[in-house]
Amino acid sequence: MKSTNIRYLAFALAMAMCPLFLNAYWTDVFNNVGLYAILALSLNVILGHCGLFHMGHAAFYAIGAYTAAIINTTYGIPVLWIMPLAGILAGVFAMIVARPIIHLRGDYLLIVTIGIVEIVRIALINNVFDITGGANGIFGISRPSVFGFKISKPDHFFYLIWGFAALTIFLLLRLEHSRFGRALLYIKEDEVAAGGSGINVAHHKLVAFIIGAVWAGMCGTIYAAKMTIIAPESFSFAESVILFTIVILGGSGSIPGVILGSFLLVGLPEIFRGLAEYRMLVFGAAMVLMMIFRNQGLLPPGPKNYNVAKMLQAGGAK
Amino acid sequence: MEEFFQQLTNGLAVGGIYALIALGYTMVYGVLKLINFAHGDLFTIGAYLGLTLLVSMGLFDKIGPLPAVILLAVMVMILVAIIGAILERVAYRPLRQSPRLSAVVSALGASIFFQNAIMAIYSPKFLVYPHDILPKTVINIMGLDIPVMRIIMFLTSLVLMLALYFFIQKTKIGTAIRAAAIDQGAAKLMGINVDRVIMLVFCIGPALGGAAGLMVGLYYGQINFSMGWMYGLKAFTAAILGGIGNIPGAMVGGLLLGVIEALGAAYISIAWKDAIAFCVLILILIVRPTGLLGERVAEKV
Repeated sequence: MKSTNIRYLAFALAMAMCPLFLNAYWTDVFNNVGLYAILALSLNVILGHCGLFHMGHAAFYAIGAYTAAIINTTYGIPVLWIMPLAGILAGVFAMIVARPIIHLRGDYLLIVTIGIVEIVRIALINNVFDITGGANGIFGISRPSVFGFKISKPDHFFYLIWGFAALTIFLLLRLEHSRFGRALLYIKEDEVAAGGSGINVAHHKLVAFIIGAVWAGMCGTIYAAKMTIIAPESFSFAESVILFTIVILGGSGSIPGVILGSFLLVGLPEIFRGLAEYRMLVFGAAMVLMMIFRNQGLLPPGPKNYNVAKMLQAGGAK
Repeated sequence: MEEFFQQLTNGLAVGGIYALIALGYTMVYGVLKLINFAHGDLFTIGAYLGLTLLVSMGLFDKIGPLPAVILLAVMVMILVAIIGAILERVAYRPLRQSPRLSAVVSALGASIFFQNAIMAIYSPKFLVYPHDILPKTVINIMGLDIPVMRIIMFLTSLVLMLALYFFIQKTKIGTAIRAAAIDQGAAKLMGINVDRVIMLVFCIGPALGGAAGLMVGLYYGQINFSMGWMYGLKAFTAAILGGIGNIPGAMVGGLLLGVIEALGAAYISIAWKDAIAFCVLILILIVRPTGLLGERVAEKV
């Protein structure tokens, strides 16, 4: 465990130094990488840990972003304060839509989640309840401020986004090794056996879904604050595919893998800007090749070691 | 009432297209238990190849409209079938023994690849089929004005579907396909070359999809590199609606979905047209996951 901690610490330090060496453009690229990393990490709970093929993550992200945008522009409440509410709303939405479909088998769940993200996008375009601003979206979202300090430059956002990413990574690492996280891994490996061992499979799946959605919703708030404009096209199915690909190519169930995946899929294309047209072409081919030659992803999660005797001593597995 | 019947015929014509594409999904699913996400893009390829052949060969001037369309359809179907077979060989066959997710991701990758390849080769813009090549005649049946093309389209898809149905039910190769769908291992023991059956399925499905693409191009007149995605999703919905893995189910499901969508667009709201299909999809998976005539797909926990 110790060497892992050192690695995370070194990564955190290296990231914290980044804005000193990067110009505004590249800082912004890193900000995008950070946003995608947070989203992909939240998807990782559902897809990587629990093994649910969920390709509608942009829907939860959209709900978070729109909640923040609507409340901020109508009531003038500071964006970051809305974060918990945005998360909760996304979570409630996830609970409502996921409950009836949670028992579907792998690829059917995938198709239904695609359906959900498309319905959400169409609803946003059609200006549902007259609050989403239709196809143009919502603009004029105010910049966030932390303890009176107004965040406006890319450097400031860098620390906001990656700070939130660090929090996400910390909490998800805790989750991964918790009793709940281990149950999710068990469900992923063998659902029937997990059920046989007394794990309430449907309940665990649903909770995993909600955790992922809450986190995506909160991330949506940051996105809305960063862009100050949001439109339905930012939450299209293609975004969900990118998130899905980040998790699968990075190594599903592995936090370092997902972070690496976000750098590769979001950061790397910026280096080849001239070839932007062929970017998605290469993505597609890479997905096929990865599945054929290394279907566990670039950095798959290693086997987990637990000192069972110690756990039992501590009064039952926590 | 007249509008109702107009929308009904319109829905049946579009439903025929959905049914043709849905057949490709359902056949592949029947044999491989794989959702071929790239199928919608094979449909798009059909539409683009059709346009290229149409413009470059100038068939309509040389041999007249009807032989030209038939020749065009045959060429498109063969070409798309070849692409489908290559897709199977490159992207799916190496994954036959892998976990299901790998094959699904590979299919998605292939879909993204095709879409962007079409965009790079042609252009991201809408392309237009020459619009003066087909009859614009409108005929009157029992007080309804129906464009002739709509009827031709419906009849063509019906003929192709029936041909497929009899091919699967009555011929020896069709029997082999059905056997492979039920139990691949047993089919192998009976001397069926399952690899070849799968290859064949990946020829027939895309061929029908390609034909559907050509029909959409000819009927609607404009095509776009990403249109296969929406058509694909709806055709997949149709396949689920009818019961995936079930060939008559895909036909019924396609026609039904076309009608539901046309009526929904007319009576509920045109802006929500695309959402209707997805609502149908979600409802059918929740309420009756077997589809109207199909096998069981959902797992109870």
